[in-house]
Amino acid sequence: MPVTRNSQLPVLPAAAAPATPVGPDASYAAIDDVGLAHPAARRRRRVLRNPSLWVLALPLTVIAAWALVPDWFTTYSPLDGTPSENFQAPNATHLFGTDHLGRDVFARVVHGTRQTLLTAGLAVLIGLVVGSVVGLVAATAGRAADAVSMRLVDVLLAVPGFLISLVIVTAFAPGPVSLGVGVGIASVASFARVVRSEVLRVRNLDFVEASFLNGGTYWSVVLRHILPNASGPVLALLAVDLGAAILAISGLGFLGFGAPPPTPEWGLLIAEGRQYLGSAWWLTSLPGVVIVATVILLAALGRQLLKTFRI
Amino acid sequence: MARYLAQRIGQALLVVWLAYTFVFLAVQLLPSDPVTIFLTVDSAVDQAAIDTMKSQYGYDQPLPVQYVHQLLGLFSGDFGYSLASGESVSDRISGVAGSTMVLAGSAFVSAVLIAVLLVAAATLTRSGAARRFLVNLPPLFSAVPVFWLGLVLLELLSIRWGVMSLFPDGSFLSLAVPVLVLAVVVSAPMAQVLLKSMAHVYEQPFIDVLRAKGASRSWIFFRHALKNAAGPALTITGITVGTLLAGSVITETVFARSGLGSVVLQAVTTQDVPLVQGLVLLTATVFVVVNLVVDLLYPLLDPRILKSNRQGSARALAA
Amino acid sequence: MNTREAPTRPRTETAPDRVPHVPDELLLDVRGLRIEYGQGDAARTAVDGVDLALRRGEIVALVGESGSGKSTLAKSIIGLLPAAARRTAGSIVLGDTNLTDAREKDLEKIRGVRIGLVPQDPGASLDPVRTIGSQLAEVFRLHRDGPRRSRRSVRADVIRLLDLVGIDRPEERLKQYPHELSGGLKQRVLIAIAFSLQPELLIADEPTSALDVTVQARVLDVFERLAREFGTAVVFVTHDLAVATDHAVRIVVMRRGRIVEDRPVADILAEPEDEYTARLLEEASPHPRAEARLVSVAGPGATPAIEVRGLTRDFDRAGEHHRAVDGVSFGIAQGTTFSLVGESGSGKSTTARMILRLLDPTAGQVLIQGEDVTSVSGDQKRELWRSLQLVYQNPDSALDPRLPVRKIVGEPLLNYRIGTRVERDGRVADLLEQVGLAPGLAGKRPLELSGGQRQRVAIARALALGARTLVLDEALSALDVLTQAQILRLLEDLQQDLGLTYLFISHDLHVVERISTTVGVMRRGQLVETGPTADVFGNPASEYTRLLLDSNPGHRLRALTDSRSTAALSSSR
Repeated sequence: MPVTRNSQLPVLPAAAAPATPVGPDASYAAIDDVGLAHPAARRRRRVLRNPSLWVLALPLTVIAAWALVPDWFTTYSPLDGTPSENFQAPNATHLFGTDHLGRDVFARVVHGTRQTLLTAGLAVLIGLVVGSVVGLVAATAGRAADAVSMRLVDVLLAVPGFLISLVIVTAFAPGPVSLGVGVGIASVASFARVVRSEVLRVRNLDFVEASFLNGGTYWSVVLRHILPNASGPVLALLAVDLGAAILAISGLGFLGFGAPPPTPEWGLLIAEGRQYLGSAWWLTSLPGVVIVATVILLAALGRQLLKTFRI
Repeated sequence: MARYLAQRIGQALLVVWLAYTFVFLAVQLLPSDPVTIFLTVDSAVDQAAIDTMKSQYGYDQPLPVQYVHQLLGLFSGDFGYSLASGESVSDRISGVAGSTMVLAGSAFVSAVLIAVLLVAAATLTRSGAARRFLVNLPPLFSAVPVFWLGLVLLELLSIRWGVMSLFPDGSFLSLAVPVLVLAVVVSAPMAQVLLKSMAHVYEQPFIDVLRAKGASRSWIFFRHALKNAAGPALTITGITVGTLLAGSVITETVFARSGLGSVVLQAVTTQDVPLVQGLVLLTATVFVVVNLVVDLLYPLLDPRILKSNRQGSARALAA
Repeated sequence: MNTREAPTRPRTETAPDRVPHVPDELLLDVRGLRIEYGQGDAARTAVDGVDLALRRGEIVALVGESGSGKSTLAKSIIGLLPAAARRTAGSIVLGDTNLTDAREKDLEKIRGVRIGLVPQDPGASLDPVRTIGSQLAEVFRLHRDGPRRSRRSVRADVIRLLDLVGIDRPEERLKQYPHELSGGLKQRVLIAIAFSLQPELLIADEPTSALDVTVQARVLDVFERLAREFGTAVVFVTHDLAVATDHAVRIVVMRRGRIVEDRPVADILAEPEDEYTARLLEEASPHPRAEARLVSVAGPGATPAIEVRGLTRDFDRAGEHHRAVDGVSFGIAQGTTFSLVGESGSGKSTTARMILRLLDPTAGQVLIQGEDVTSVSGDQKRELWRSLQLVYQNPDSALDPRLPVRKIVGEPLLNYRIGTRVERDGRVADLLEQVGLAPGLAGKRPLELSGGQRQRVAIARALALGARTLVLDEALSALDVLTQAQILRLLEDLQQDLGLTYLFISHDLHVVERISTTVGVMRRGQLVETGPTADVFGNPASEYTRLLLDSNPGHRLRALTDSRSTAALSSSR
């Protein structure tokens, strides 16, 4: 039933259109039974030489490096500023300007990456692990298990993830771990759906049955055929969901449910800049641009991964 | 049809009940009972005061009794009482819900309009560059943090150009700008799904048959493609209700609007458990009702849905 | 530009007046047409300098295998090329109108009025969310000349159209949605749409290849009758030479984007000029199984390789009880081929799956090599599958796209832990040789192979554990005619060399006649007839088998082959 197959949250990028446009007659099956490579096969071979993948991977690597070795990218301290140099507009020495305490905003963004990415990574990990288990159980353990798992997903969808995160963050001590757990639980639903639908799709392909016919056992078939063939869209969702988690975490950080004030964190940076909206536009605008860029790059990476790995 | 209807309503009730039960159980995971937590948030309070309040709110009862009592209360419209103000939860919420509903409702309608117009323009334009630009807008929209977009607009419109007040003053712009901010973000998933299902529809052979009949591009889009592609988009539209409510809270904070946003934040920071429970129940109910409407609209768009022997809602089976 | 008087309503009785009966008048003139897919270096020529002329009322078949460019040529005439395709040279003229550089707006006025289309896949060619009635009426609403017509008069026209294509209870059908109609009815609706404004030219793109053979015969009859009645010229695109010879007056054979032969049917049948056409014709002609190749290893008393007794299977779907297979019994002697033929939904695949024990029978018995396997489970099934294997219809989905051929063919050996890695590689190499695949292909992945090669890989995998009995479930249906012939030859050779037994499931009577020792005809879950191939085909006992054989296209080819063999007989005397 194809009518509702397109909806999932967050939205996965559209499935790959063939790189070379293909017409109705285009399969060009050779008349004398001579093999002609399918465009998709050539594309798969070019995975590592795919230029768009590299174009996306490069800036994302830089952002990841901000989290790992922030000192390579800025010499300023994220916590101590020079009060006499406060409220400087962006210039050559201070790329993103300085804040009310004279701290370099770019340094705070770079140093804040670690906090944001770690929390988002934790959230995605929880979503991936719990969601995959729920999705796998739903797809393989019979109708009853499917119905129960899907009602669970319905409940997770019915209560906004934002509210779930809020409750968890405040019920336990506010901080990166509870923030990650909260956002992670909220993203379980999307992983569960994608894993379930992918496993169902692959499970119904002939080669899975053929593998059983050829003496395959449950685990050999799952490991050799189902998981590798189902992993593409999950991988893609991983990238997309990392972006979504960054958005959710910065939103909660903005409301004051993340790290406590002196710690640099992307959402918190914007919240602090809010007080100086009239006098120092760069305090809110520039960290926001970094968030938007990161999330867009991750979404585009997800799209590329889906193109490359989905067959 | 009757069977379909009964099935969907049953599922809707089930989901609300499950959501409520989960929150009830989650509350039990807290290190202590709600009253103790609430009263000890800021300062030490003597045990006698805690005990008095506990019995007032019924938290001294055994768990199953509390659960049944609360659940029965729901049926008679009793959602409990706020620990912070002592006001009934229903009063506390209904007092501010109107303003949020106006914001969220207008944003929802605008988001649907934005999504449909964007997809129509992207599908009907003959210019490749325009199409590429339009198709890339939804991913951009979905990458923008609501609060940041709000702040940037506020900075430009009120501080730099002075066309709008910093605080809500009942003017058109003071409602339109928050609505737009929210609508842009909420329209992104709708537009993305609509684009995707539209692409799928345009691959179907019946499009060629329509062209062979002599139908023009706009005829095909508005009379056939839109209705075919609307199903999945409708489903995602139902799911965005969660995003919409969360977005409303943040938008209200940014634009200093009163509404559910402040109640949510207050309830959570003061750990006012009955109020949090009431809010969860409210959002789950809104979500479930909207999605019930979506499920009931679906067969009007696609007559095949009633024929197919499907268990579970379109939502759960989507993806 | 539309100088013809557009018809306001289809009136059967006035049809002859509208289309002047000048049989030799040129209607369609395609010259030097060249169409490419893609741009720059990636460009690929699909149609390469084609000339094609059609006279009014002429029915021309455009024949070729997939990738020959026949569909692209047909689509370019009606201006429905996919976005990736471009015309790089040549011209298309319809009557007095040059369509070569016509603007989309002008083409919209010609499509549906002067050129109609009958598409390939009736299942997906009607808008699933609109009623049949509104989709039929749409043509009149799109091409409205003069005053707005009343709803009732449009409705009357629509009903008359449905009558015309032989759809019963037209009033009821108007309110139905496409999913409520069978494939044959949907194709009739599409034919009604195409003929509604009585076009001068009709493009029929494989109009019946998705339909069952009896349905195909009835639909083609309707189609041909209307074309003759309205004097409509038809470009009939098909991969099936047998269908082409039955219905066209002229055949145009395409190969690799070029026209290799363009002559009247009778001439082509008598003496094809092109070598490729000759091969196609040879494969499309009836080939009864050569008696000399019949290997009868077993005497009359020997154990059959497969025997089923009273096999029955029920399904419960949406509360409805449905018996898919109903008391089927037959036996297959060692080293022979038994074919189950029947239309879609006749229960032949369900029978095969029960024999393979992929599906549990509701009642009845399955015996493999004399052993009752009806109730085996778990490891016993695994043991059973070492000697009984399946080859799927679609090699695309039957092979894991991520694995190289070597691993696919070697997987059964690995699963049963047979031999060392080196020994397994050696066995894989032997198997590939046995199915006629070059050793160099072992490292390729399925997507890098052609359809025929993929099916060979699937056969090699089925043989890996030394299975003696193969179930071939529509194993040739996804392949082109010439590839089909090659795989058929491979199957015959393997049977000869290894003494294999085949259970061959097919809807294609032509292939069945060629490969089978014995045949079983299924209908609605029941086996209506079984017997030696020559008997069933030559002297069918049941009414249904006779209908099936009558509907099988290729009557002219058959007549020709018969007359030739008679001629050969008489000359040898």
